[in-house]
Amino acid sequence: MATVETAVGTTKAMVLNMGPQHPSTHGVLRVMLELDGENVVKAVPDIGYLHTGIEKSCEDKTYSQSITLTDRIDYLNPLGNNLVYCLAVEKLLGLEVPKRAQYIRVMMVELQRISSHLVWLGTHAIDMGAMSVLLYCFREREEILKIFERFTGQRMMTSYIRIGGVALQPPAGWRDQVKRFLDMMPARIDEYEALLTENRIWQGRLKGVGYLSAETLISLSTTGPGLRAAGVPFDNRKMFPYSSYEEFDFNVPTRTESDCYARYLVRVAEMRESLKIIRQAMDKITDDGAIKTEAPGIVPPEREKMKTEMEALIYHFKIFTEGFSPPPGEAFAVVESPRGELGCFVASNGSPKPLRVHFRAPSFINLQALPFMVQGQLIADTVACIGTIDIVLGEVDR
Amino acid sequence: MTQLANANASAVAEQLRSWNAQAVAQVIEYRGETTIVVPPELLLATAKQCKENPALNFNLLSDTTCVDRFPVEPRFELNYSLVSIPRRDRVRLRTSVSAQHPVVDSLMPVWPGANWLEREIFDLFGIRFEGHTDLRRILLPEGFEGFPLRRDFPTEGKR
Repeated sequence: MATVETAVGTTKAMVLNMGPQHPSTHGVLRVMLELDGENVVKAVPDIGYLHTGIEKSCEDKTYSQSITLTDRIDYLNPLGNNLVYCLAVEKLLGLEVPKRAQYIRVMMVELQRISSHLVWLGTHAIDMGAMSVLLYCFREREEILKIFERFTGQRMMTSYIRIGGVALQPPAGWRDQVKRFLDMMPARIDEYEALLTENRIWQGRLKGVGYLSAETLISLSTTGPGLRAAGVPFDNRKMFPYSSYEEFDFNVPTRTESDCYARYLVRVAEMRESLKIIRQAMDKITDDGAIKTEAPGIVPPEREKMKTEMEALIYHFKIFTEGFSPPPGEAFAVVESPRGELGCFVASNGSPKPLRVHFRAPSFINLQALPFMVQGQLIADTVACIGTIDIVLGEVDR
Repeated sequence: MTQLANANASAVAEQLRSWNAQAVAQVIEYRGETTIVVPPELLLATAKQCKENPALNFNLLSDTTCVDRFPVEPRFELNYSLVSIPRRDRVRLRTSVSAQHPVVDSLMPVWPGANWLEREIFDLFGIRFEGHTDLRRILLPEGFEGFPLRRDFPTEGKR
């Protein structure tokens, strides 16, 4: 227990426990706050309440079986998790994914980014007291989840991105549905901004709160909107492009104030940029074409072929009973998730099951900055800082 | 297994070799990624060089990963993924420690963000990081016995 000297004498700081059950910690996060009145002297996060041993489980499954596990790591970005894992395994195998599948992947991942930012905005706003914004954001998110359901059969845990491409052909009528969403969305984002951006209470709660300099953030390995709001234009889609992102025309929004308000502005601007990318992807996706690469023994054959051709049947059987074995080696793939740099390290020892799968989870690493962010601030600012880092506990704990 | 680089190794390896030839035990170029194998006693100095040398300027420690190569010795292989934001470059540093003495220098003096990354490896593999300011379990409960991500720990658990 720390003691604090005051004018009257010495007082003891109070240790208050926040979480793991708490509406504002966005999941099972426990933060031990050492308080001097309303001010935070020290904050110590305690995590691990959602640790389910995903990385260990992947070692007991074949490479394709682990895809369903990856959905559940960052459960607001399942397609992004699928993508980073598949990129790592495709790197190990030396597989080239057809362009059409890459464009479909880009479109789905950008839709996922918007849906993740909508959840972030809604929950962050309700934490700050702006309760109506939550349901407005979830109303738009419904439209995205309906698109996912049409494409993949699932709203959230889609497992749509597979090794070698994507799982299914785009469904009939998808263009109308996505176009309706794209036409409706800009006005809705304007609505959220009309409610929040110039709002005196919103600005009062967020401006100047949770400031950290760019050097501190980089030294703490923070990536994503938090780093971009400090003026560092680090976005993996631009700097180390993957999955055909180099063919798309979009901006990377940055700010310089590096406080909660700047992070809010960056994420809202990112939603608008994602809409641009989805529109371009929609134009690039042709009506017909391959969704998976041809790699007999690794990528399962089409079901129709499997039912009529002997070789296809044998490949199907071998893939689903014994699996495929990438050559021994390691690969590290990175994507830009809504939370920052999401990476997947896969090590192969030449057997059908991976030797090691590790996920570089941005929420886990960005959360390290929390104690530095809240030092000397009020408890209410702690809630703002937890919200502004945008953590997903599934990713923090894995 | 992985192709050894020839004399035209990447520029990063050359910079490190000219600083200290002992630091670069091996250079691996595989699938477009450069891995530099460093002896464990030179890890901290090499990491400092990677960050502070303006020709290298790896200011961001992206990730630390441990691979348990049991029963091959040295057993624990540590991989550090570095990013140079100004130079738009990535590299991986690799070092290995044995099962009898699973200790390596902490990289917190170079990148404070190594804090939780090293705590996670300590928690799940049992590798000690000398010089870490707060080395304790992070994901598993405090009283947990054993190091689950080691290959000899069963996936189903021990109860």
